[in-house]
Amino acid sequence: MAGGTQVSSLSARRTPHRRSPLLTLVHTSAVLLALGSLALVLWTGLEERGTALAFGVLITVGELNRRSGPHVREAAPLGAAGALSYALLGEDAGAPTHHGAAQVVTVVLAASLVGSVPHVGRGQGPTADQLARRVLTVGFAAVCFQPLYNQGTFTQWDGPAYALLLLALLSLTALCDAVLAAALAHSRTRWPFGPLLRDELRALPGIGSAVVATGAVMALAVAVVGLWALPVFSVPLLLTQLSVRRYAAVRCTYRQTIASLARATEIAGYTPAGHARRVAALSREVGRDLGMSRPELTVLEYAALMHDIGQLSLVDPVPAGATAALPLAEQRRIALLGGAVVRQTGVDAAVAVVVERQADPCREQPLAARIVRAVNAYEEKARDTGPGGPLTALEELRLGTAGDYAPEVVEALARVLSRDCLTSPVTG
Amino acid sequence: MEAVPARARAYVACVAAAAFLCLLPLSAVRTPWWALALLAALSAGCEQAAARWRFAGTFYPVLLAGTFLLPPPAAALVALPGALLSPVERRPQGLRRLWRAAQLAVSVWAAARVHGAMGGRAAVESSDFPYALAPAGVAVLVFCLVLSLLDGGILALAERIPVRRAWHGLFLRSLAPVAVHGLAGLMMAVLWRSPYGPVAALLVLLPMGVSGWVFAQYHRERAAHQATIRALVQAVDIKDEYTRGHSERVGQASMMIARELGMDDARIEVLRFAGILHDVGKLGVPTRLLRKDGPLTPEERRVIELHPEYGHEMVRGISFLGEARAAVLHHHERLDGSGYPYGLMGGQIPEPARVVAVADAFDAMTSTRSYRRARPVGAALEELERCAGSQFDPRMVTALVRALSRHGWHPAVTADEGDELGVPRPRPTAAGWPGVRR
Repeated sequence: MAGGTQVSSLSARRTPHRRSPLLTLVHTSAVLLALGSLALVLWTGLEERGTALAFGVLITVGELNRRSGPHVREAAPLGAAGALSYALLGEDAGAPTHHGAAQVVTVVLAASLVGSVPHVGRGQGPTADQLARRVLTVGFAAVCFQPLYNQGTFTQWDGPAYALLLLALLSLTALCDAVLAAALAHSRTRWPFGPLLRDELRALPGIGSAVVATGAVMALAVAVVGLWALPVFSVPLLLTQLSVRRYAAVRCTYRQTIASLARATEIAGYTPAGHARRVAALSREVGRDLGMSRPELTVLEYAALMHDIGQLSLVDPVPAGATAALPLAEQRRIALLGGAVVRQTGVDAAVAVVVERQADPCREQPLAARIVRAVNAYEEKARDTGPGGPLTALEELRLGTAGDYAPEVVEALARVLSRDCLTSPVTG
Repeated sequence: MEAVPARARAYVACVAAAAFLCLLPLSAVRTPWWALALLAALSAGCEQAAARWRFAGTFYPVLLAGTFLLPPPAAALVALPGALLSPVERRPQGLRRLWRAAQLAVSVWAAARVHGAMGGRAAVESSDFPYALAPAGVAVLVFCLVLSLLDGGILALAERIPVRRAWHGLFLRSLAPVAVHGLAGLMMAVLWRSPYGPVAALLVLLPMGVSGWVFAQYHRERAAHQATIRALVQAVDIKDEYTRGHSERVGQASMMIARELGMDDARIEVLRFAGILHDVGKLGVPTRLLRKDGPLTPEERRVIELHPEYGHEMVRGISFLGEARAAVLHHHERLDGSGYPYGLMGGQIPEPARVVAVADAFDAMTSTRSYRRARPVGAALEELERCAGSQFDPRMVTALVRALSRHGWHPAVTADEGDELGVPRPRPTAAGWPGVRR
């Protein structure tokens, strides 16, 4: 079987990654764009200094409010919206502007760097990837718009058509940004590109659309009322940013609480220490490999964390918590008890369904339950077996695929293990 | 409120009549009908979307844009279709819809009136910034004021809440969100009048909608989180039938002590969690030991005394608990150093742990266990005062005595629903708790 050779690379784990050519390409082009713009601006000088300063301040303020974390999709929405609106700024209170694409890139980069100084001091500054993305997307929007505008191509586009043109340009920019983000994540983590891109695109209607709409509104509003529009309209976006931040905080707390609840079975001596956490991390990787979306992955992760919680209702612990070795009827009873506990916890009902059905025959199970079942069995079989244990465990799962473990899940598990994704940062 | 009192009905009728009077001059003013129709449709659509995604609060930007754009009667009309068609869950639905529509129409009319009188509409038309901000700000103030006045009235009449309490805070609480919606409304109005037209104005709604949606998600997630914390506590209750409801009562007593000591709200909340979760480590103690009747052997006692460390091990990953984690670890320490797990003395014991220790002992004494009856509150306090200084921190004991003399002891137990966990739960051994309202 071909999988055998894949798995054998497990022994060659932790070989240092080579820097991927894509990453080098993105970073180099961002640096070239930034340096070129800077040189051009130094050569020609700044046009409309007041406007440049106002937008610079806006972007700096947005960056100062930056919030980074594993579950934050847009770290500095106000900064991003301000940068995009400066890239698409045509008029200022009715008078045409003259700044070019080079000036846009320079101002945005300078303001982003200034705004991130306090974060760098705390060790949470924007990463090179984020800066490269910012420079490239803003550069793309500005290069699409400014030269044509300054040549007067858009003069015959009247009112609403011009607004729609800005919107279309920004949407295109957002699409390119999503592709770029997915490509960067792909080359960093080696997770499959398709699901990553789908995740990025799915997130666009959320905070992404707010950023795009705000960018367009600000560019248009400055054209009508001048720079006063900036403070007036950044307040609503700051509000959005605040809601997003509080949402992220409560999600983070919630995840911690679920993990603690999951640890209850370990403390009570029903399962070995760290079992729930390892099953959750590995399930997430397998789910990602099978192309599950972000919300589905969250359900999967919570279900994997709590998959053994039904054991709390047992009077005597199962030996070493190894449920995969129990008779099927007993496994199902524990699963149903677990589902009942999970239903009480107020977690999404989908999580309870996965926990309940983890012991059903795999043809009747939802995908998440199949994953939890296979990964749990693998974890129980592979732990404490020394070198070669993972291989034997995988072989056992493959032989059991007829009824118990879904073949596609076992193959995904083999791929994940051979890719050594377990060393990737596990959130939570 | 199934039966609405007659005076509340009369009040709604009066406000509806006032709304009708506001709409009456509609034929006399020059009304841009297509703009009105578009805004009304938008407002109704936003209302439906807000109800569907369970936004917290109403979505005002469209109404306020109408206020800044249209003459007062026309602006008031914008509010009607959305309010009359909005889904209402509680009965009587017809009356509630009528009330909502009348209330919004009157408030919008008043705001538009003030805005127009200050020359706001001309300022919007000529996009005269920063002057346009002044009439808009005053209009938002008036809108909030009228809305909260009317709201307070209906609360006082229909729910029989005292007038002072009904109005208290209503205005200030609504001001900040409405002001932000007002800024968005102003931007919408300005863009509507600009050469870019309504298309550009529509874009303003997108960030506002996203913000409302995220906020609703936040509330949902927070509720789920609180349910999960309760589940943690219930997991302990399953194992240890004597202590049913004990955790929540200790949480409440800890909160009372913290409040009496003048701690700030965040710290009081942390102490409530500390009280609720103090025994979570009992999950790690074999059920057989927890349920054992009769004296424990020294070996068994040592196993039970591990529960603070188990509890700390469980909750140490939950960062929002902060100091509460130390309280879980140290709630069995005594001031004279004879407690466990570390035998800390006096000031070495973290303050939250000293609070929870007193609350824990108080509830243990005042609730019935299988091996003894509950003591009255007074006797329990005497016992606490006797042990103050050696076992308990006298400051905490005094605070508990003072708090109880002021508010009494009425613990509400919410974790009372049992058997759904699929585990037969033993019946409570005594008929009830003296002095405890169930």
